[in-house]
Amino acid sequence: MLILTIDTSAIASAALLSAGDDAAEVLATFATEDTRSHAEVLAPGIRRMLDDAGVPGARLGLVLTGVGPGPFTGLRSGIATARTLAFAWDKPLAGVMSLDAVAWDVVAAGAAVSDFVVATDARRKELYWAQYAADGTRQSGPHVTAPSELPALPVHGAGAGLYAQQLEAQGSSVPEAFARTQPTAASLGLSAAAVLRGGGRLADSSPLYLRESDAQVPGPRKRAL
Amino acid sequence: MNLPSAAPLVLGIESSCDETGVGIVRGTELLTNTVSSSMEEHVRFGGVIPEIASRAHLDAVVPALRRALDEAGVSLEDLDAIAVTSGPGLAGALMVGVCAAKALAVATGKPLYAINHLVAHVGVGLLDGGPLDGRDLPENLGALLVSGGHTEILRVKHITDDVELLGATIDDAAGEAYDKVARILGLSYPGGPAIDRLAAEGDPKAIRFPRGLTQPKYMGTPEQPGPHRFDFSFSGLKTAVARCVEQYEARGEAVPVADVAASFQEAVVDVITAKAVLACREHGITSLLLGGGVAANSRLRALAAERTAAAGIELIVPKPSLCTDNGAMVAALAAQVVMAGGRPAGLGFAPDTSQPVTSVSL
Ligand SMILES: [Zn+2]
Repeated sequence: MLILTIDTSAIASAALLSAGDDAAEVLATFATEDTRSHAEVLAPGIRRMLDDAGVPGARLGLVLTGVGPGPFTGLRSGIATARTLAFAWDKPLAGVMSLDAVAWDVVAAGAAVSDFVVATDARRKELYWAQYAADGTRQSGPHVTAPSELPALPVHGAGAGLYAQQLEAQGSSVPEAFARTQPTAASLGLSAAAVLRGGGRLADSSPLYLRESDAQVPGPRKRAL
Repeated sequence: MNLPSAAPLVLGIESSCDETGVGIVRGTELLTNTVSSSMEEHVRFGGVIPEIASRAHLDAVVPALRRALDEAGVSLEDLDAIAVTSGPGLAGALMVGVCAAKALAVATGKPLYAINHLVAHVGVGLLDGGPLDGRDLPENLGALLVSGGHTEILRVKHITDDVELLGATIDDAAGEAYDKVARILGLSYPGGPAIDRLAAEGDPKAIRFPRGLTQPKYMGTPEQPGPHRFDFSFSGLKTAVARCVEQYEARGEAVPVADVAASFQEAVVDVITAKAVLACREHGITSLLLGGGVAANSRLRALAAERTAAAGIELIVPKPSLCTDNGAMVAALAAQVVMAGGRPAGLGFAPDTSQPVTSVSL
């Protein structure tokens, strides 16, 4: 089965995968390092990737989207794109928690020897994070908290790199190899394909905002007396 | 590209504020106009909360697409073009519509047009059965757009490539002022209909509220126009209403809310219509199209009708469902751009939160 995966929880990326009974393979990828221009680059990137691979939408078996957590506007651009593509091509759609992509990278590199944490930048001096077992099974999360709330475990992902000193001072370790790693659609797709091979089910495409909108219900107007 | 020159089938997506709209037109024929609004979710905040609107767009856009295509009885393959509001509007809200439209363009291979929201309010006037009923836009056309998000006077020499901004609000939009004053008066959101209803029972001359930017230093003369001859300002008016209410309270008197509402509404509508008619006169505009949600306001319509008639200007008012933000207006303007041989935007454009009216399509 051919899978188109999109993730815009941090950078914007897309990937085309072939998922078989025993393994999945990444056929093509598109990614931009920029975390702020998703609406411009994503659609042209997907079109070029599919054109270059010679795969029309009709041949896809599944559209996957990262559902965050991630900065809201960027995150929505990927989900809106994935939802609309799935609608237009009449394909099934599923969602994957974006931090699972980095966890997949860590485990695939043989770098997970114990429980570990994946963290990305949540801005406002906070991190999005989740905790995984050494085999990549998610044990808790996703959360959004200050870096001081993270457990004293190895922390991977670009969020770890941002707060390396603080995390190390509080008993975590920040391995250099993954200190700048962002979730990518390719890794997200491999992670999801492994779930499907294991007979697991994927989530729907609902975004994981983790934060309410900042809106404040206005208090009663102060009266003049 | 083999676009038909006559009557292209165009799907338009609108998400610049709190309405998720999908409309489909065939040339000037309106096939469907599906709108899903997040207004209810903003009531407790007393105004549109951009993040809440954006979240609602994400969940509304695909169901709206599905419904519009079903209602129009067309498939995506049938379309000649896809169109989307690229600006002006709220950044996060625009982003959702733009991403959905680009995805549709990727999936179908159809050309994508990036449309100016303000000019689209004018384009809707061209639809069959509308105020012009399929006849061409008049020459010497102007537009007065009044909503929660904008307050503008436009000159439309040519709908697809020659539109000029004559005046605009320098602070709050008129609809925003209504919302804020409704809050001061303890009325419900949205403020427009609430104040309009209450004002009917009040005396519009009870309190003289300021008309923003009407002093000579702002207006100048026809020969030497001041810096804000056709511009609006409503923040001072809002403050004046708040002061007025506080004074009643400080004196321990009941606030005459109906009179305050009527007097506030009169101040807004008086300055808007006076400046619009002045702009028409001085720019040779002989037909004025009214657009935006506040076009549904009974006093604005009445005074606009009275003053344009007195000045010999034709007033064009689309029906309410086409005055508020909707996808049909985006499709209608895009159809004009297609018929005029305009070029599609491609997939690489960014939403432009302050897209000028001189940029009818990107
Ligand atoms: Zn509007």
